[in-house]
Amino acid sequence: MTGATVSGTGVIQTRELGVTLGRQILVHGVTLELAPGRITALVGESGSGKSLTALAVAGLLPPGMAASGEVLLQGENLLTLPERALCQIRGQRIGMIFQEPMTALNPLMSIGEQVAEVLRQHRGLERKAALAEARARLDRVGLPAPRFPLGLYPHQLSGGQRQRVAIAMAIALRPDLLIADEPTTALDVTTQARILDLLRDLVRDEGMALLMITHDLAVVQGLADEVAVMKRGSIVEQGPVAQVFARPTQTYTRKLIDAARHVPRLVLTGPTAPLLTVRGVIRDYPRPRGSDATLPPRLRAVDGVDLTIHERESVGLVGESGCGKSTLARAILGLDRVQGGSIQLDGQQVGTTLPPALRARMGAVFPDPFGSFDPRWTVERLVAEPFHLTGRPADWRGRVAEALYDVGITGDAMSRHIHEFSGGQRQRIALARALIIRPSLIVLDEAVSALDLRVRAQILDLLARLRLRHGLAYLFVSHDLGVVRQITDRVLVMQAGRIVEEGVTAAVLENPAHVYTRTLLAATPRLSIRENAHI
Amino acid sequence: MRLSLTLGAVLAGLALLAAGFSYVWTPGDVTQIAVAQKLQPPSAAHWLGTDQLGRDMLAMVMVGARLSIAVALVAVGIGMGVGVPLGLWAAARSGSWLDEAIMRGNDLVFAFPSLVIAILITAALGPSALNAIIAIGIFNIPVFARVTRGAALPIWTLDYIRAARLAGKGPARISLQHVLPNIANLLIVQATIQFSLGILAEAGLSYVGLGAQPPTPSWGRMLAEAQTMISLAPHVALVPGLAILMTVLGLNLLGDGLRDALDPRLRRRA
Repeated sequence: MTGATVSGTGVIQTRELGVTLGRQILVHGVTLELAPGRITALVGESGSGKSLTALAVAGLLPPGMAASGEVLLQGENLLTLPERALCQIRGQRIGMIFQEPMTALNPLMSIGEQVAEVLRQHRGLERKAALAEARARLDRVGLPAPRFPLGLYPHQLSGGQRQRVAIAMAIALRPDLLIADEPTTALDVTTQARILDLLRDLVRDEGMALLMITHDLAVVQGLADEVAVMKRGSIVEQGPVAQVFARPTQTYTRKLIDAARHVPRLVLTGPTAPLLTVRGVIRDYPRPRGSDATLPPRLRAVDGVDLTIHERESVGLVGESGCGKSTLARAILGLDRVQGGSIQLDGQQVGTTLPPALRARMGAVFPDPFGSFDPRWTVERLVAEPFHLTGRPADWRGRVAEALYDVGITGDAMSRHIHEFSGGQRQRIALARALIIRPSLIVLDEAVSALDLRVRAQILDLLARLRLRHGLAYLFVSHDLGVVRQITDRVLVMQAGRIVEEGVTAAVLENPAHVYTRTLLAATPRLSIRENAHI
Repeated sequence: MRLSLTLGAVLAGLALLAAGFSYVWTPGDVTQIAVAQKLQPPSAAHWLGTDQLGRDMLAMVMVGARLSIAVALVAVGIGMGVGVPLGLWAAARSGSWLDEAIMRGNDLVFAFPSLVIAILITAALGPSALNAIIAIGIFNIPVFARVTRGAALPIWTLDYIRAARLAGKGPARISLQHVLPNIANLLIVQATIQFSLGILAEAGLSYVGLGAQPPTPSWGRMLAEAQTMISLAPHVALVPGLAILMTVLGLNLLGDGLRDALDPRLRRRA
């Protein structure tokens, strides 16, 4: 097994592949054909079984789960092979990359050693030869020699660079099949675009088959040749991307596509008074010990930001991770100190010690629907927590029920615990908690980023409705230009702690003035479907 | 996994039962000396034999369990009562001078073994069971402070703490309402382990004469007094030794079992 195996014989097929856990059927009847040089996308919502399918193909199912059906590699069924033979195949014929580049690499091993280890183990190369080969592989994935020596450690690399190392390891042995499980979900849009380019090139040049798992239909459209849509453990529709997207035959596929393009109702606001004014805010942190000595000793996360939000206005704040947008959001909420400038809500200064009456005018929804709630509290108690500011009214249970009803949570939710709810329901409950004391401003920090497309569309609708009903102003912090386009009146683009562009959302996104905004827009994949092709 | 929990609960429960039952009934009077019956091997009359003063060994072990358990319990209580609030406080102010002061103070106490602290206290106050409790209790404080702070720090970075701060709650209230309940399982596990260490420490202190004074029976002192006669009557040393072994083993198994049973990562996956 040396040299590339570029040939038509490398087709990998799954036939009636299924996954069971005890008597529970998690995946069934998955038939895929993964041809060399072709990119197949597996799309579906969380829990649809797309990741399990990929793990079953690689023979990496978690303990307790069993695979049925066939995974054929050159006519040989992988599912019946003993573990020892499978180990060889897994490295040599099937490579895999995962969503989280932080945990996919060993933090104590240099990147060169990690790539070389794969080569030494499977090809029995000498250390020196393996390192030379590792060098070539790292060059290939866009980590060239002078800037990225083999001795670098994972913590010295950015998220995108780490994902490149992970890709180098996966393709080190030139596998027939590369499986990528949400490989760009944890990355910024500009990094995502570059990684997707790399994957596309690798597939074309090395004649690999790529099985790409994603929930992002725009990524699928820009990258894949074939698409298979999964729902509740089985494939409901599959075919060439252009055909499936233009003329979906299944209602479910159509719903997914509609959700991706969904635009919530317009909320029009007349001219209103300023609610929040941020002037020249500065926040800096000391750099961690051992950082680059040529850099200034303090990292300026927020650098002289001005921002105004009017009453009942929805304002977007976009930028890549590390640009300071979350730091700014925390400062606005009075959760974090600032070193300079002023933040005023209704003409009153905002700081870390706020009078309760002022604090009660702001609410927040946080990015992670799983970390936002104390797992030991009931929903009723969680939603009522902000009453601490205003004093708990006698009819607080009624108020909680009303707030939950407002966000579409009904039934016996109040006495249940948070783990009984899905991600989308949790974000609704988070909204109810933010609404309970009737604030004027809600800060939404990546509030829909972790949600599936259809759920995201529902939450965006809900946000528009609530804004209309309660006269709310939103500060919508996000890295996703598509979402910001749907929900905000005005947008501010933030880069390295500064606001580089500001204006009416539609105008900024149609006619970006700043080069950074243009880069962001170009990197954001957009779903384009001709309306007339859509029945 | 379930086995260690059950076995641990049974062994630890046995010691607790022996101590409790000794108030109601013992097979012999531990204050009565009967030199004529000294060092008898186990028999129908004396199930575990008699010691060098002719007292029934089973009665001695049962009454000795009282002291061991009481000392360990109060010492763990002191350790938790002081250590947990200190740890919560340090975590709430993490990175500040207060955090530093609390944790470096803990390091200072940690640097002395409990035996050395006990000798210091004994030098000042004279040997007694109470002094053993104080010594072991002080030794427990930094253990709990550290475990608490370590477990509380990641909780403080979670969004529900931010939500509580947005609701205007101060660090003390957040620590009590959100942090403590979420690290309680860890503290329970640590408490069982410290409890077993407490029993060992009490036995050790009594063994060297710094703990319980005669005539109060104590496992450690029974062991100390029996060691000169170990070739003559091995059961006199074996019985308290085995009692210590079984109880400590039981508590450790219980701690391991609880750790598995209460681990949120294991539970959430289910």
